[in-house]
Amino acid sequence: MANPLKCDLCTKPATVHLTQIVNNKVHKVDLCEECAQAKGVTDPSGFSLADLLLKASLNPEPAAAGVRCEQCGFTQTDFKKQGRFGCPACYDTFSAIIEPMLDTMHKGTAHTGKVPQKALARKSLYDRLTKLETDLTEAIKSERYEDAARTRDEINQVKHTFGQKPPR
Amino acid sequence: MTISSLIDTPSELTDAASSKTAIVLMTRVRLARNLTGNSFPGWAKPAQREEVLAICREAVAASAPMKRSLSINIDELTDLEKQILVERHLISRELSGAKSGAGVVISRDQAFSVMINEEDHLRIQVLRSGFQLKKTWTAINELDSALEDRLDYAFSPTLGYLTACPTNLGTGMRASAMMHLPALVIASQMEKVVRAVNQLGMVVRGLFGEGSDASGSIFQISNQTTLGESEEGIIKRLGSVLNSIIEHELNARQKLLEADANKIFDKIGRAFGILQNGHVLSSSEAMNLLSLIRLGVDLGVFPDANRCVIDRLLIEAQPGHLQHAQRGEFEPGQRDLLRAMRLRGEFANFTKPNFTLSSDGPN
Repeated sequence: MANPLKCDLCTKPATVHLTQIVNNKVHKVDLCEECAQAKGVTDPSGFSLADLLLKASLNPEPAAAGVRCEQCGFTQTDFKKQGRFGCPACYDTFSAIIEPMLDTMHKGTAHTGKVPQKALARKSLYDRLTKLETDLTEAIKSERYEDAARTRDEINQVKHTFGQKPPR
Repeated sequence: MTISSLIDTPSELTDAASSKTAIVLMTRVRLARNLTGNSFPGWAKPAQREEVLAICREAVAASAPMKRSLSINIDELTDLEKQILVERHLISRELSGAKSGAGVVISRDQAFSVMINEEDHLRIQVLRSGFQLKKTWTAINELDSALEDRLDYAFSPTLGYLTACPTNLGTGMRASAMMHLPALVIASQMEKVVRAVNQLGMVVRGLFGEGSDASGSIFQISNQTTLGESEEGIIKRLGSVLNSIIEHELNARQKLLEADANKIFDKIGRAFGILQNGHVLSSSEAMNLLSLIRLGVDLGVFPDANRCVIDRLLIEAQPGHLQHAQRGEFEPGQRDLLRAMRLRGEFANFTKPNFTLSSDGPN
């Protein structure tokens, strides 16, 4: 073999080759002996290939390496180090990295479970309120007083819908 | 509620002992939730963590299932108190190691617990003794919906609930059962079971989760994946995997009895002898002996009513509980003496084994 396989986690030659079938999907990893030991591959009861695959697929690609989450300042290098994200917005920032990983990690790539209806309804009302308030400021600035009056009525209506629970 | 009154109250795990709990000791469901617009706990600055902790503690403590609960910051707990909560599965080892800006809210009956600023902002958990996946899911779903009234969860229509680690994405749900599988262990079939269960997308772990050993032949079986399947779908699939493991365990017991009943009765009888008379017992030896007595109860060697005694001792023989009962600090070596003394006391008046009845057929 001219090009021996390299360990997915470090750069040493891989000697442990593991294939696991989960939900009819084949997952393969190549590891060096030390990483295999450290990750507990030899102990079937404590070993989850998904966690391992997660870390293995984090080798930064030069193109995406400079991306930084605007919300929390998290970078791809941080993700590689920790295997966890910095904040919910990171899922948007790093969508190019995370999306290909989901297929091997999970049963599917789209959420089909519970939806927080109340929280979402609250958020859409809040977004609407924010937009209306911007509209109002602009209408006043450009002296469109009829628009401003209508927007103000709408704002009151939305605020009324919030009732006792204003958004944080 | 205070931490000391909570510790002195028996937990959900030790309370029920119907025959339904014979193989599945406990069912647990947890949900990972985060607040939108806030850094995850592992990345948040100390001030942000404190802020999230305050918001969450208030919201959780105000929800209906958490009326008059214990709500406390982790740094207010002593090491011993933390260890007792870990042994009762009410907080994780990771949370017990948190320095500051982390907390937990635990219901009076110790069935609900919400960890704050563990890996995610919220780790909501419901425990039920026995095999009660659907009831546990219903209970946690209600608590989660109640919290949603007060907290703005981070959620994406395509990716579901957003979690610090992508392996929890989607439902953020981990449903698990703690199973007592002594016959599969004795028959060396556990490795085969672990492989088969893995292929079905489920994971087998030791008693205290990731990386812990399976002393006492107690295993945790849970779903591995969280995205692409509804909560009900996961519960249903896990339920059928658990049922088939129960069937395998019962078959293995039957086979052990048919092949050589004396061998299995010898193990149970010796375990009883050591528990009655031993003087030095490590935590893991005690677990293994109690596990054999528990198998004895299932096989009819001991009365059914004794199962709850064993389940209580499985928790009380843990280092934290032992130390608390003896009111003092002890070296591990002294603990082994105390543990043996405690168990000798418990087993002095325990019903004597009856090996004749059981040969008619185990349950």
